[in-house]
Amino acid sequence: MADPLVRPSGLAVEGLPAEGVARFDRELAPILKRYPEDRRSSAMIPALRIGQEVFGYLSPAVMALAADRLGVSPARAEEVATFYVMLHPEPHGRHLVEICTNVSCSLAGGEEIFDRLKAKFGLENGGTTPDGRITLREVECLGCCGTAPAMLVDDDQHERLTPEKVEQIVGALK
Amino acid sequence: MSETLILTKRWGKKDSHTLANSRADGAYQALEKALSMTPAAIIDEVKASNLRGRGGAGFSTGLKWTFLPKDVRPRYLAVNADESEPGTFKDRYIIENDPHQLIEGIAITCYANDIHAAYVYIRGEYKRQAEVLEAAIEEARAAGILGPRLLGKSDFALDIFVHRGAGAYICGEESALLESLEGKKGYPRLKPPFPAVVGLYGKPTIVNNVETLANVPWIVANGGAAYAALGGGKTGGTRLFGVSGHVVRPGVYEVPAHYNMKKLIMEDCGGIVGGRKVKAVIPGGSSSPVLRGDEIDISLEIDAMKAAGTMSGSGGLIVMDDSTCMVRALFRIAKFYAEESCGQCTPCREGTSWMEGILHKIEHGHGQPGDVEKLAQVANNIGGQTICALGDAASMPVQSFVKKFREEFEQHVRERRCPYPHPWGATRSTREAVIGPVRV
Repeated sequence: MADPLVRPSGLAVEGLPAEGVARFDRELAPILKRYPEDRRSSAMIPALRIGQEVFGYLSPAVMALAADRLGVSPARAEEVATFYVMLHPEPHGRHLVEICTNVSCSLAGGEEIFDRLKAKFGLENGGTTPDGRITLREVECLGCCGTAPAMLVDDDQHERLTPEKVEQIVGALK
Repeated sequence: MSETLILTKRWGKKDSHTLANSRADGAYQALEKALSMTPAAIIDEVKASNLRGRGGAGFSTGLKWTFLPKDVRPRYLAVNADESEPGTFKDRYIIENDPHQLIEGIAITCYANDIHAAYVYIRGEYKRQAEVLEAAIEEARAAGILGPRLLGKSDFALDIFVHRGAGAYICGEESALLESLEGKKGYPRLKPPFPAVVGLYGKPTIVNNVETLANVPWIVANGGAAYAALGGGKTGGTRLFGVSGHVVRPGVYEVPAHYNMKKLIMEDCGGIVGGRKVKAVIPGGSSSPVLRGDEIDISLEIDAMKAAGTMSGSGGLIVMDDSTCMVRALFRIAKFYAEESCGQCTPCREGTSWMEGILHKIEHGHGQPGDVEKLAQVANNIGGQTICALGDAASMPVQSFVKKFREEFEQHVRERRCPYPHPWGATRSTREAVIGPVRV
């Protein structure tokens, strides 16, 4: 339930560019219609997703913006931002390459693909290339077990991977 | 044996996800019929069908619907499309290939239970699937099927909303799903009260899995008795089984609910790559107790699986050949549960990390005498001690792997190394994944 003590100000949040805030509000507006009027905070995950798309990652200012618009305290935004692996309270590279190494994928070579990418870029799990191009992460089951191995690149599914196919996809990232 | 296909009948047909094509193929005729029935008559058909929840618990769907208190409104439907149990990948294909079957199932369910708002909670990783579903809902709304007047006729309003998660296995647990839908972190709620009584926004809420709801149109169109007759025992209908791992043709197979597991793996899926032997099958998602290769000649029916000491769970079968290291496989499963424990209950939060740590030691040659026993002990201290089923889900694989493959664990400790040159299996090449209506 919305916290009665916190009301959305509708104002720009300090430290965020005004045009970004305007885009955030514009994209959030249709999503708010999905939930009962007094349950706007249901839109926390969508709001934070928009926030990281607009501003790159969920800095304290972005979390405060989402909380303000949904009428809850910033702590509620932070609670959500730090719980879900697809929300990013820390900056990351321009592209997120996420390899599934869970059982079905590894039975089809997922762990090898992850190891090869780590070696290729000299990264540990979660690391970012020095040029800021790629952040590499190991992730849990993506629901692609029948078409394993699989990965997400910037939220897009890639399935039936081979080392060559991965080279090609990752190599094409700008 | 019946040749009836329910869930996959439109898969593989050209643009089967569009309203025009699915409607030309009969979509929404069952909704039309439902609107001429009384809600109570629909619920009776679903009860008679022996439709059981396809998310993993296998609870009677019709019975679940009757738990809603009579006089509290609004009521909600939360559709569980979180599908995060490793080895499970069926609901996404329903959404990709036939979203209108799901929408029709949701509409009938809402009409039968006097619900006017449904939320589809879809896992964050299914971005493309969420887009397909949103487009289908929009098409249905534009055509007047959804909105203020259901199917353009009835004086019954229904809205369906897609809510995309953001990567948390725990949100597939029904009460965590509701918490997440309310904009919070996914901490499961203490039950009772169950969601049917106190659910979304504190209101009565039905939580049903995608596959469960996609069966409802067929049941209404053909009757509960006909659906029950397709299956066996107390489980009606056909089911989607997702087979992955070392089989020649991994994929989603629609077969009668009481189909034989060995037949599914060795015939439908073409057996094991390279003609190797089955060493182990995880039969219903990663949390279900593992079976040895010599234990798979059994019915996949929910109660039969229980009798065989395991569970049919989400219908995701992971098949491992005889060159696979069981310690490595279990280590990866334990790592998953340690990563995904929400942290609310101490036995699960601490115990899952302990299990992962002990298994890491054993697999990497640092195991000590007594470690296997300690591992089993930790597992026994998690199961049944937590708010939600994740604790049980984390301990069942450990208990069953240690029980069925104990010698392999001891060998790792004795030899201080993993004896398998390729822990994930020696043969992985040339597999052709088949996704579609495959039946024999």
